[in-house]
Amino acid sequence: MKGKIWKYGDNVNTDVIYAGKYTYQQLKPEEMASRALEDLDPAFAKGVRPGDIIVAGRNFGCGSSREQAAACLRAAGVQAVVAKSFARIYFRNAINLGLPVLQCEAAVDALSAGDEAEVDFAGGRIVAGDRIFTFPPLPESIIGILEAGGLIEWTKKKLEHHRTGKPA
Amino acid sequence: MGLTFSEKALGRKAGRTVRAGEVITVSPDYYLSHDNSSAIIGEFKKLGLKKVAAPGKIVIVLDHIVPAADEKYAQNHKTIREFVAEQGIPNFFDIHAGVCHQVFSEASFALPGAVIMGSDSHTTTYGAFGAFAAGVGRTETASLWATDEIWLRVPETLRIEFRGRFPVGVFAKDAILKILGDHGADRANYEAVEFAGPAAGDFSLASRMVLCNMAAEMGAKNGYFEPDGKTIDWLKARARGSYEILKSDPDAKYEAVLTYDLGALEPQIACPHSVDNVKPVSAVAGRPFHQALIGTCTNGRLEDLEVAARILKGRKIHPSVRTLVLPASREVYLEAVKRGLIEIFLEANCVMVNPGCGPCLGAHEGLLAPGEVVVGTSNRNFKGRMGGRDSEIYLASPATVAASAVEGKITDPRTYLS
Repeated sequence: MKGKIWKYGDNVNTDVIYAGKYTYQQLKPEEMASRALEDLDPAFAKGVRPGDIIVAGRNFGCGSSREQAAACLRAAGVQAVVAKSFARIYFRNAINLGLPVLQCEAAVDALSAGDEAEVDFAGGRIVAGDRIFTFPPLPESIIGILEAGGLIEWTKKKLEHHRTGKPA
Repeated sequence: MGLTFSEKALGRKAGRTVRAGEVITVSPDYYLSHDNSSAIIGEFKKLGLKKVAAPGKIVIVLDHIVPAADEKYAQNHKTIREFVAEQGIPNFFDIHAGVCHQVFSEASFALPGAVIMGSDSHTTTYGAFGAFAAGVGRTETASLWATDEIWLRVPETLRIEFRGRFPVGVFAKDAILKILGDHGADRANYEAVEFAGPAAGDFSLASRMVLCNMAAEMGAKNGYFEPDGKTIDWLKARARGSYEILKSDPDAKYEAVLTYDLGALEPQIACPHSVDNVKPVSAVAGRPFHQALIGTCTNGRLEDLEVAARILKGRKIHPSVRTLVLPASREVYLEAVKRGLIEIFLEANCVMVNPGCGPCLGAHEGLLAPGEVVVGTSNRNFKGRMGGRDSEIYLASPATVAASAVEGKITDPRTYLS
């Protein structure tokens, strides 16, 4: 699926992705999507379309452990976040909620806001016209969580395995 | 080759020797959550289980929006109280107790060598007591409630060595801000940060908590101070179960070693809108502002309130500034009352806010209007965090904030303390 690039800088923090004032309100996915990146780029929530890709610099998602900062982007239909690096809790949260987070410095340097691109997850590639960027595969230990559709589904399988003795 | 503290703490749980970079599955000693427990309960229920795996390992502290600011928050708290009763969770602290990281430490769940996961990014604070403590998200905490297990990557370790003594008017907050300014908000991403060196033992436990709390702002997975006599004395008075002191081996492998001479530091301030946009206070002195905040899980302990009271005693807050004082816990608040500090704050025209997270995360109790500026002792100054989108947050030590509150503009506190 092709999507439009939204490009941001280094240290995009969880407060600007999803403000603290909403964090304890337990909003529905579409409400969360409408508040995504509110304090960084008010145009994002209005303009984002399913399949769009966020491209950012170093330490994306630094700050709070609030996982709505990953959930709101997934709810907005973001296909993947491509960054030079991710803050560690954000990285875990994104995997646990099924939001693909890809580390690819070359793509971040090359891609501009408004470019079109798509992610080939199986091939480990980001394709933007004739420009192709490869990203390192995710560690095996977390591929299982993504394949299960997130941590809740993965844990369900694990619990089932404990109960029945059948492999997860 | 020797092992780092983090390799030892996680290896102890894994039942074998582990090295940085390995991914292991462990069963932690405790897992903390707060008002977000309500959302965690929602995730837990999706798993179709009736009972949590280990109720004694769950620690819940209501602190983020306490007392409840509106009906929604009140419902969250009610959901949590009902779940606690239904599951027989023994370690529940209701809205009177204070900020989770202070309460967790006072109740001495933060034990040397313990492995602690918390559904809050500042869980790193417990490294001050020699624990391995890292933040996770809500879904992950729900999974911990269900399985009592979590996967963790064993972190590499960044060692920061301190020598020398703080000059008058310079504190732990200034040291961690200086480190953040020098090395950036992602210097320790995915890593453990070990605070060490000949001066490490001089830090009070409260000051160690400041450094470990803000290790999270360097991106760290966990912070660590080697336990010593101060740690043992603290635990003696509070003793909860047994613990094992784990220390890095002298020949442990570090990703890097940074050194800081405390004697060469001056008061620091993080300017908007990033924790690593740090300058000496002297460079921004004179900047007017609207609100001062003294307290939070970063700097709301007795030594913080004491130094602020020293500056505010017999003085008044500048009329153009409003000042909030937010003790980190009921225990701290009570001791501050006994020592007469609260009287000093009230005489100075400060507003006492109940122990809790208060305005720090922008949910309630003293938010900023558009265009307003706060100078506070908290740990984050992200854009819009404490209110209006174009409001500004400066972060500094309690002494700098108190001196600034008196002057009505950002002020180097050294003249007030020498």
